Amino acid sequence: MNTIFGIPTPALYGQILIGLINGSFYAMLSLGLAVIFGLLRVINFAHGAQYMLGAFAAYLLLNWLGVNYWVALVLAPLVVGVIAVVIERTMLSRLYGVDPLYGLLLTFGLALILEGAFRYWFGAAGQPYAAPSQLTGAVNLGFMFMPIYRGWVVIASLVICIGTWLLIEKTRLGAYLRAATENATLVQAFGVNVPLLLTLTYGLGAALAALAGVLAAPIYQVSPLMGSNLIIIVFAVVVVGGMGSILGAIVTGYVLGVLEGLTKVFYPEASSIVIFVIMAIVLLVRPAGLFGREE
Amino acid sequence: MSSAPLLEVRGLNAWYGESHVLHGVDLDIREGETVTLLGRNGAGKTTTLRAIMGILRRREGVIRLRGKDLLSLPLHKVAQAGIGYVPEERGIFASLNVSENLTLPPTVSEGGMSVEEIYTLFPNLHERRSSQGTKLSGGEQQMLAIARVLRTGAKVILLDEPTEGLAPVIIQRIGDVLVALKKRGMTILLVEQNFRFAKKVADRFYLMEDGRMVNSFPGHELDARMDELHEVLGV
Repeated sequence: MNTIFGIPTPALYGQILIGLINGSFYAMLSLGLAVIFGLLRVINFAHGAQYMLGAFAAYLLLNWLGVNYWVALVLAPLVVGVIAVVIERTMLSRLYGVDPLYGLLLTFGLALILEGAFRYWFGAAGQPYAAPSQLTGAVNLGFMFMPIYRGWVVIASLVICIGTWLLIEKTRLGAYLRAATENATLVQAFGVNVPLLLTLTYGLGAALAALAGVLAAPIYQVSPLMGSNLIIIVFAVVVVGGMGSILGAIVTGYVLGVLEGLTKVFYPEASSIVIFVIMAIVLLVRPAGLFGREE
Repeated sequence: MSSAPLLEVRGLNAWYGESHVLHGVDLDIREGETVTLLGRNGAGKTTTLRAIMGILRRREGVIRLRGKDLLSLPLHKVAQAGIGYVPEERGIFASLNVSENLTLPPTVSEGGMSVEEIYTLFPNLHERRSSQGTKLSGGEQQMLAIARVLRTGAKVILLDEPTEGLAPVIIQRIGDVLVALKKRGMTILLVEQNFRFAKKVADRFYLMEDGRMVNSFPGHELDARMDELHEVLGV
């Protein structure tokens, strides 16, 4: 009793939950990457570092200024967003119109510098960050015990992803963004300040990564390399979903997270490569990604 | 008639990369006028529109709207100064529906048409307002591209080959729309290969060849100049 395909159900549910948690971070991060790539045509390798910066901002706000988790959820993305705006204005914007490889190299370099600096200051080991007292403990769902903080992360990430999707699909700003993704010159010829739109988009994408970083701090610990461990998987998620597809990034993020969790139950040896195997298959069968538009 | 032109172009030179494509183009459009650029393919008509709009950035010379310099403005400020652009390829966005396409360009001044007025002028667009923009027929896409700049309150519309590839009945319909716009006092710079269409709406013609203005004449002289035009245009 209480087994499915010979697997004890608590272990199965536990891995599905872990998959959903990981998937939440895949979705939030690949969403920002997809938005930035769609409009700026920049493959933002600094995305993992911006996620790490968000977690560290929360950690430093707490330890230096006594700022609590809830305030950090707002403040950390704001700080990282402003840093990203400065990066876009002073560096990235000079690279528009040249080969996208330059943007990739610049953001990759920035990621190395940021991660190196934080490793120098704080060491490679993770710093603990306690979940807020309101979200500690666990709740009995009947079929399993779920830590409240993990449930909160899944719900918060869903709200963030759906909110971002609505912003892009249903608002005027989102219409500018979608149109500029197709033909930025024409949108600017209609009188929209496209350079400003690019700056804001990069800032928003980085702020999303930082928000994910704050949410991740109590789960994964705050460490300089937390982003680079994640970013390669997130790139695979973006490729599977389809470069530039918002909905693709969100759906693929959650689905691949859960698939990865299930692999840990049924065939643990493959769990660290399953996402890349799926990516390879998708690239062979549907090179534009599951939700991408063939060009 | 006011003495100063609404849109004034003097000695306009432009380059695509290293290639010098406009050679000292002069052009005047007075308020409420419809002016048509004629010329062979490659004569520089579309390039002239793109240079005025600022999409083509490498330019020298003078471009003024109501005496205000446009040449030094960044691209988005040109539209804000009051110029509406209807590109040759129409530029309907696939990721936007018809209504989003219509309301995309920001309002630049008072006096543009309301969405209701536009839907009265283009009933098909109203019927298909929730369709994806690029699912429309060619004629409907052209009407959407024109309708899009009527909302913004632009003073001058640059209209690039609106009849290209369309059926005669649709061309007729677009002609009616331009006549209606003229009646409202709209100023239009039109690039057109279709004489019969252009004759119906144009007050004046400019003739372009190899990136230069070679002639200009009032609309009523078109018939008398047909032989000369056929020679230059090779039609």
